Amino acid sequence: MQSFIDGLIASGVFGGLPAEAIYPAIMFLFASLVVFGFVLPIVTVTIWLERRVWARIQSRVGPNRVGPQGVLQGLADGVKNILKEDVVPDAADRPLFVFAPYLLVWGFLATFVVIPFSSALVIADLNVGLLYIVAIVALSAVGVLMAGWASNNKWSLLGGIRSAAQVVSYEIPAGLALLPVVLLTGTLSTQGIIQAQGWAPWDWFLFHSPFTFIAAFAFYISALAETNRTPFDIPEAESELVAGFATEYSGFRFALFFLAEWGSLYVTGAIMAVLFLGGWQIPTGWTNNAVVLNIAQLTVFFLKAYFWVFLAMWIRATLPRIRVDQMMSLCWKYLVPLGFVNLVGTAVWMVIWPEGNPFVPYLMVFGTLALLVIFFRRVLYHLRRAKPELYFNPAI
Amino acid sequence: MPLEASVFYLLAALTIGSALIVALSHNLVYSAFALLGTFMGVAGLYALLAADFVAVIQVMLYIGGILVLILFAVMLTHRIADVDVSNRTVGRIPAALILGVVGTVMGVCIGTAGWVQHAEPMVEPTTFGIGEAFLGPYILPFELASVVLLVALIGAVVVSRKELRGPTADG
Repeated sequence: MQSFIDGLIASGVFGGLPAEAIYPAIMFLFASLVVFGFVLPIVTVTIWLERRVWARIQSRVGPNRVGPQGVLQGLADGVKNILKEDVVPDAADRPLFVFAPYLLVWGFLATFVVIPFSSALVIADLNVGLLYIVAIVALSAVGVLMAGWASNNKWSLLGGIRSAAQVVSYEIPAGLALLPVVLLTGTLSTQGIIQAQGWAPWDWFLFHSPFTFIAAFAFYISALAETNRTPFDIPEAESELVAGFATEYSGFRFALFFLAEWGSLYVTGAIMAVLFLGGWQIPTGWTNNAVVLNIAQLTVFFLKAYFWVFLAMWIRATLPRIRVDQMMSLCWKYLVPLGFVNLVGTAVWMVIWPEGNPFVPYLMVFGTLALLVIFFRRVLYHLRRAKPELYFNPAI
Repeated sequence: MPLEASVFYLLAALTIGSALIVALSHNLVYSAFALLGTFMGVAGLYALLAADFVAVIQVMLYIGGILVLILFAVMLTHRIADVDVSNRTVGRIPAALILGVVGTVMGVCIGTAGWVQHAEPMVEPTTFGIGEAFLGPYILPFELASVVLLVALIGAVVVSRKELRGPTADG
């Protein structure tokens, strides 16, 4: 990339502008291309999927009018929100109120820097990538606190403080759950972690040992809490706080909050795919075409990421919200000790079987498969007995 | 001006500018939020110096931990935006004295330090080196620091814990 731009500068395309001005300009251009061409579609599709999945679980239809199956609903919502008046309350602290949504969006967009979508498609394979993801989440916490305080509203302030308390507490179990993977790979780079796994389920870290299996779900629960998802959505509990820290926001800024929320949901799924599901790993040797290979890797990565996104939607549609004290005791009394057990257990596992146990991964894969088969048979049995109209006509 | 230098001056301007807001703002909430810019600027400087691990840890601890804690304290304080406390009107002479002494010492240090300059930019990862150093030559200070942190944690629990004596009202 840089050599390409250097070549363009040398051939005089920019007509003698200083290189210091050209580099930032091109960086901004590409950043906005990535945001508008990649992140926005991901987020709007995730929001549409959430509303459709949620509706189906509640025996409703969901948005199905704009575009095929309603997939362009996000576009319509976006245009509507941009056309609305941008209201800033009189008593609000104007500069902070205006700035807070950007901070939130910044916090989630920054994680896209290190997510490897395929073996070639990664913006920067940072050597401290994993740590970077854990650290940059803190920006969202500051943004939420800022929004909550600047709105000058009790609901907003309570929502902001609840959210920040949640993010700060759950950073610890999330970080502890990452450590077994770091132990196993000896690297913090996201590409390095994916390369240490294979395409087959028994090569994934999810099934490496019982400890990593528990760590995966401990991380998933912590990540749900960090992104304020149900059952941990107490910062915007509708029955208590109206809309929490987003109460006073309207129009485009309100849309930015939702962009950040569903964007970080996708980021959660992507990190789960990178750490525990082998990321973009696919069987090699069937093609030499780099473009075909990367597209296949991208598809696999998206399927894995959206599996976790779908799980979060499922949880949101079926579980009630938990109380603040329950959430805190789950974090400090259960997840944190569990994280330490996982860490030490993985270390012991690595001492006993430095190359990994040859037998346990297969056992875990087939055990999980058996559980899934039993689960789907039960679901099918109930579906046959319930005979709901929607399931026989899924494309209303 | 080379690219590194212009990035350095941008980051330095961000750091010092938001530090000035921290020190001079009449509104304590603005001071607290301006710390974000200072911490981000310092993290950027670390990244510019090829200290990737330290830069990320700076963001994690100072923004994720300390800044959020400060914001909590600020926001849970009643009517904090109305408090008209200014550190510009109190203790000018002591402040000037301290500033003069610290400034002189720092100036002398910067002037006499033997700066080592690498011929070409270093982009090698630092995480391995830091880990090896902590568990090798510096293991004693490392373990001592962990004991100090543990004592601080237990102390915080003892200080903040409510002592329950006898049966309480709700049984």
